[in-house]
Amino acid sequence: MSMFKPRGASLLVALAFASATAFAADSPHLGKPVSEADIKAWDISILPDGSNLPPGSGTPAEGAKLYVDKGCNQCHGDNGRGGASNMLVGNPSLTADGITSNKTIANFWAYPTTLFDYIRRAMPWPTPHTLTDNEVYAICAYLLAANNLIPQDQAMNAQTLPKVKMPNHDNFIIKFPDKI
Amino acid sequence: MRKRKGGGAPPLEFVAGNGLMHRRALLQSGVMFAGALGSGATLTSAAAEPLTEPEWSLYPGAVTPVLQTPSKYEKDVVRTLSNPKGDARTQHARAPLQKLNGTITPNALHFTINHSGIPDIDPDKHVLVIHGMVREPLEFTIDALMRYPMVTRKHFVECGGNSAPMFSPEPIQAPLQALHGLVSCAEWTGVPVSTLLDEAGVDPKATWMLAEGADSLAVSRSVPLKKAYDDAIVALYQNGERIMPGNGYPMRLLLPGYEGNMNTKFLRRLKVVDQPAMTYYESRNYSPLRQGLQVLLRQRGKILHHPAVVRLHHERPGLLRDFRHRLFRHRTHRESFGLRRRRQELGRSCGGRPGQPEGVHALLDAVALGRPAGDHHQPRLGRFRRHAAAARRLHRGARRGQESAERARLSQPAL
Repeated sequence: MSMFKPRGASLLVALAFASATAFAADSPHLGKPVSEADIKAWDISILPDGSNLPPGSGTPAEGAKLYVDKGCNQCHGDNGRGGASNMLVGNPSLTADGITSNKTIANFWAYPTTLFDYIRRAMPWPTPHTLTDNEVYAICAYLLAANNLIPQDQAMNAQTLPKVKMPNHDNFIIKFPDKI
Repeated sequence: MRKRKGGGAPPLEFVAGNGLMHRRALLQSGVMFAGALGSGATLTSAAAEPLTEPEWSLYPGAVTPVLQTPSKYEKDVVRTLSNPKGDARTQHARAPLQKLNGTITPNALHFTINHSGIPDIDPDKHVLVIHGMVREPLEFTIDALMRYPMVTRKHFVECGGNSAPMFSPEPIQAPLQALHGLVSCAEWTGVPVSTLLDEAGVDPKATWMLAEGADSLAVSRSVPLKKAYDDAIVALYQNGERIMPGNGYPMRLLLPGYEGNMNTKFLRRLKVVDQPAMTYYESRNYSPLRQGLQVLLRQRGKILHHPAVVRLHHERPGLLRDFRHRLFRHRTHRESFGLRRRRQELGRSCGGRPGQPEGVHALLDAVALGRPAGDHHQPRLGRFRRHAAAARRLHRGARRGQESAERARLSQPAL
């Protein structure tokens, strides 16, 4: 602070600086406002509590047909038993091969919502973002039923899917809980 | 190294291409080396000859190109690929660390992992959206972001699975590139995420930020909002030029110190939320397995451990000791006292539930060991260390003050 300037001026400078940092008024603000409705097609993240699950529904029987029709079996094998890509149905030991053990939906996955989120955003591998919400629900239902995690006739939808109890759910530890 | 004239020894096998010799070959020929050196011979024993003009000095050189590439004599300095045909699975490109020097990895050699290939993104059509628990959702074009104040920082990015061969039961004879090639360092330039979040106006109740890429899998990870505000960058430049396609062109999230997969490439969306999404890549792929040991380092209910190490302790206690040794080297006295205490506690808390498989969510992978907040171990301290501890306390207090000031800086949402 210069001792040759009047005290009031330096106080003003200090106030101006403080207000600039307080309201980020000096940042460019070049983003274009956009409505959540316009973002909807991209807003595909599903949270573990079921937030953002879309309307729709599907049964295990519908999913079993889609599993073949959509070519899921080409990578994941007949009935989800595994092939070039991960095994989807089956409950192998998590401890048999240590750190390289086969992590499956039945023995490892902690959240049923991850299933919907990942299938809708990433599958089928060659043609993602092509399944309808009903189809995704149906394939989720098929995989959960084939793993005996839900009854064979239970439909999956925004209400039922988050309630599915995953066997390994309670066996996870968040590594740095103090930072969350 | 030259093949020696007239000698009976076979040529040495280079394992790393950087003057290193195969260890076994060295051992086998050790006696011969000792003899040769003892008799005064050197490995480059040819006598000097009169100099002549080399061929390349006899005519003008090639046309200067607009984009230069390394000399053709460096054609072996390339990445190694895990999936060169692009089959329907992840593709790894490992950096040839053993043939590089300095701290910066050249862009063409920076390691990359792509889970579904490299998308061909038109920067004029790509946008970044920030939405969720914000006052006003915003959409940024690349042109807009280019007009923002940027920061430039050198950061390593490392795959969460780098150096995995080091956990093998037996030592693996493989070059550095194969063992540790999934790490690289670049100078990254981009817009601080905090600037963009502030413009959108984050709800004070929000705690997480979901980052998503524009690749065909729309790879998505959950990032603590605290980290996003701390030092996260929307990076646009890599070593001074626009980010390489395999490293996330036209922009990527950069989270200094966090495992590579969290540094979302081809970034197109940031959604502010109040819980982690537990996406496939954080609750399945990058959640390592562990077994047996309930808690490695526990303090006041906070778990501080590296899951791979947990398993190593279960099966290979020697390696765990080595890992600890590396940690201890970097700890101050006071912290290592705490670690010693925790190590003693370890003896009582080993075991876990017998036969019970466990997983560890890899949601936060900053470092192998973090110092917990609210650390209240009070070891016996000398006068000097008491002063140091007091200084650290003051520093912590100041940092807390700064954090609360930052929290107050968040604009109030109209929700």
